[in-house]
Amino acid sequence: MAPKICALCRKSKAMLKRPKTGQQICKDCFFYVFETEVHNTIIQAKLFKPGDRVAIGASGGKDSTVLAYVMKTLNERYQYGLDLFLLSIDEGITGYRDDSLETVKRNQQQYDMPLKILSYDELYGWTMDAIVSQVGRKNNCTFCGVFRRQALDRGAAMLNVDHIVTGHNADDIAETVLMNIMRGDIARLGRCTSICTQGEDTIRRSKPFKYAYEKEIVMYAYFKKLDYFSTECIYSPDAYRGHARVFLKDLEAARPSAIIDIIHSGEAFEIKDEVKATQKLQQTCQRCGYMSSNALCKACTLLEGLERGMAESGITDRARKRLEAEGPAPDNIRTIPFFNPPSGQPVVTVEAPS
Amino acid sequence: MSQLSLKVEFGGGIELLFSKKHTITVELPALVPTDDSTDDQSLMEDTAKEKKPANLAYLVLYLRDRLLTERAELFVENGTVRPGILVLVNDTDWQLEGEGDYELKDKDNIVFISTLHGG
Repeated sequence: MAPKICALCRKSKAMLKRPKTGQQICKDCFFYVFETEVHNTIIQAKLFKPGDRVAIGASGGKDSTVLAYVMKTLNERYQYGLDLFLLSIDEGITGYRDDSLETVKRNQQQYDMPLKILSYDELYGWTMDAIVSQVGRKNNCTFCGVFRRQALDRGAAMLNVDHIVTGHNADDIAETVLMNIMRGDIARLGRCTSICTQGEDTIRRSKPFKYAYEKEIVMYAYFKKLDYFSTECIYSPDAYRGHARVFLKDLEAARPSAIIDIIHSGEAFEIKDEVKATQKLQQTCQRCGYMSSNALCKACTLLEGLERGMAESGITDRARKRLEAEGPAPDNIRTIPFFNPPSGQPVVTVEAPS
Repeated sequence: MSQLSLKVEFGGGIELLFSKKHTITVELPALVPTDDSTDDQSLMEDTAKEKKPANLAYLVLYLRDRLLTERAELFVENGTVRPGILVLVNDTDWQLEGEGDYELKDKDNIVFISTLHGG
């Protein structure tokens, strides 16, 4: 087959077919359009202002590794004037997170950014290994997801950043739209397509890769020879998201625009005012001060269950009633330190890259 | 009959299905059985079987039958690589090279990268 010529520069050999547009383009044009689209996303959504301190949620995986590289590139190219940090959460999963954190530590050197690692052990007194040994493999992803979300905010507060960016890509968001529809989770369906979310006293959180296809992120990492880690979490060989993901990949194979189409559908979803009125109001957790839709936030509820040896109580109604029947939480259980949203000086000093 | 020597690379987690090897060399005859059989007998030069030029679709089946060590369903689905696995031929997206119909040449470099592993 004769080599195809790049549809953009019309000079070099085309190296990939863009899933979003079907265009066949060369490597240099690909780097340019990929970076420029992320830049346009950032500018159109007015994500940052000069002087912002921004933490990149870094797992060592492909998405966050490419995000750190692209954020650094764009910050320099377009003079955003951002102070960039890497923020990693150590869930305490032997043989998985300890390896991926080594990748993040190399990224710290490669990208010359300060790195903060916050562990579940430090924050909650429980590693995921310890949690799994108590709860088994069935509901452990619930613990991990709830704990990670709060850990990122708390790590960001320690760094005193204005903003957290995460590597969620278009495929991830389309998957989440599908999952929220299948679960009938109206509240999350409304939120999950926003490029930027912010509660009253939480840190801004956004997704600069909202419109970036996973295929292009992986191609970008491959062509740029970026150093990333790619092992499936040992505790979630086949979680619920996996089904949505496989379904979405099949859709994409039949029609590549399906991913963007699903995101647009999610965005266009209108929730009736009567339904909105029944949704719980956001409040702060009585115990730890973190945002919550109940008197106790989800992380405190889960942690109390673990501490009282009734881990299921944060998962099922029946187990919760059993826990409540045993009376109020004893005073001697471990709780999460009170959450103070960032104001003024960083609580920790971060290691500068050497 | 001529042989093809191919460099095959795995990344993004797909190497876990191939004994954690990132790079292997695969030797294939330039002509392979039309019925896509991959056993030694069928690949012998003097086999009575009808032959066709070895293409990428055949390589995928050959890798599955001969080198994959676990969970074949994570590599091949409906006779081709599973959606979510990127394939590159000499660093070019296989979608530009005719995908499975691409006829292999000696010294080709074929890369398989999974996009399905965590980010």
